[in-house]
Amino acid sequence: MRSERGSRPPRALTIAAVAGLLFLHVPLLLIFVYAFTTEEKSYQFPPPGFTTKWFAVVWERQDIWDAIWLSVKVASVATLIALVLGTCAAAAVSRARFFGRDYISLLFILPIALPGIITGISLRSAFNIVGLDFSFWTIVLGHATFCIVVVYNNALARFRRTSGSLIEASMDLGADGFQTFRYVVLPNIASALLAGGMLAFALSFDEVIVTTFTAGQQSTLPIWMLTELIRPRQRPVTNVVAIFIVAVTFIPILVAYYLTREGEHTAGAGK
Amino acid sequence: MSAGAASITLERGGLARRTSDALFRRPALLLTLLLVPPLLWLGIVYLGSLFALLAQSFFSIDEFSGLINYEFTLSTYRELFRLANLDVIIRSLVMATAVTLASVVVGFPIAYFAARYARGKWKALFYLAIMLPLWSSYLVKVYSWKLILAKEGIITWIAQKLHLVWLLDAVLAIPVIGGPSLSISYLGTFLVFLYVWLPFMILPTQAALERVPGNLIEASADLGAHPGQTFRTVIFPLALPGIIAGSIFTFSLTLGDYIIPQIVGTSSYFLGQAVYTLQGTAGNIPLAAAFTVVPIVIMGLYLWIAKRMGAFDAL
Repeated sequence: MRSERGSRPPRALTIAAVAGLLFLHVPLLLIFVYAFTTEEKSYQFPPPGFTTKWFAVVWERQDIWDAIWLSVKVASVATLIALVLGTCAAAAVSRARFFGRDYISLLFILPIALPGIITGISLRSAFNIVGLDFSFWTIVLGHATFCIVVVYNNALARFRRTSGSLIEASMDLGADGFQTFRYVVLPNIASALLAGGMLAFALSFDEVIVTTFTAGQQSTLPIWMLTELIRPRQRPVTNVVAIFIVAVTFIPILVAYYLTREGEHTAGAGK
Repeated sequence: MSAGAASITLERGGLARRTSDALFRRPALLLTLLLVPPLLWLGIVYLGSLFALLAQSFFSIDEFSGLINYEFTLSTYRELFRLANLDVIIRSLVMATAVTLASVVVGFPIAYFAARYARGKWKALFYLAIMLPLWSSYLVKVYSWKLILAKEGIITWIAQKLHLVWLLDAVLAIPVIGGPSLSISYLGTFLVFLYVWLPFMILPTQAALERVPGNLIEASADLGAHPGQTFRTVIFPLALPGIIAGSIFTFSLTLGDYIIPQIVGTSSYFLGQAVYTLQGTAGNIPLAAAFTVVPIVIMGLYLWIAKRMGAFDAL
């Protein structure tokens, strides 16, 4: 138990912490201001005037809708693959000890631990060697590879908190392996899978480094954004797209947070 | 009761039942079935491509025809040590080190406050305040700094309002890190890197600080240490594995990034950009592959040292 006596933080610490948090949040808030600016040619601050017309302009833009749709499709398929593979791996690692078990976690973490450019360039050169043309599936291939670890981590944490006696009890009561999975294991890990899936979706929806190598001429939303960043042509439109992306990625993170926060207890361990 | 039991016994003969029984009797088979799909995926798609790439670093490129010469050679690696290429490597290392050190300085107070003083609702708020920037879009974060650092942007405006334009000009006049404007200087690149990777430092540091037992701090105080001494001799050493774990992320991510220096910064290359240009417009895959070995080796060394200092227990 931590002592609460004299637990007022020193003033310097409070100032440093608040300043740090402001540093983390003010830049994102600033984008919301810029989405309403009337200035088209520069990033002038403070904006000379405010307007909501850019939202209507973005609404009419077919290329942006196409990019969003491609991103959604890629993220959905990649998340699905990651869910299946990540859950399998987590189930195996949590239930048994076997040769090389410690290296499996390392293997899964590698795609996000090594710089993304390495994953990207190796995939592209592998596509070249095999003679695979860029397509929807080349993007999915790259994304699923680094999404697996997110699902794996979430599922593994939950598997470790789920008591093995629940599964034994189900078996003792006459359920077969599939019934046990359907009625005992799945309900227990469902919220962890949902959280992992949402984070994987957010990760894929936002990914740009690997995608630049695996997309060819296709344009996902982050690729569209990157082209605008390098050669700004339509600044106000980019501002609006930016706050759209912020909104879309915040929702799954908040939901994932609430899903994994509850149920800190180990299911079935109390008895 | 008996009806339920009967229905279960009836299913005994079913295919699902037999499969399930077979799997139950041979746990090794079940384990294999669970492990093979993910291992195949990562083994073939990821490791396969990675090794194929690394193998190409032992080929060379014909200077005249521009074609790849498929014979084993170390000449590509020799090329890495050309002055221009060494420059790129050193520049990236210095930047990664600077970003890592700065993120410790900026991140530690946040982590410390969140771990020791935030309670209840504030604790959740702190957690979200760190998680949201961590998970929000990378490109949007970079974009927001393009807005901030622009010559006509908010920093210049604040400097004007506070009559501090001379200070801004003085900072920009510093050789090496300065430049014509913040968005075309190493200082700008550094700020964006720091902003984007900072949450990766805060989270493991906070996790390590949460695990420091309160009675240890009380004991230190009881034994006559003043708060500063307690911090130096008790809290900081215990937080160090967390800081090192965080530094793995900040260092590795800075080392491999090629988008941030492309958007905010000078025209000189960082590691990631060099790799990108070499494999793309230059078409020199062997040298690009040799370049990717550099961060892999550096990170390998880094991870080895980190492991020896116990950083993995803090992850």
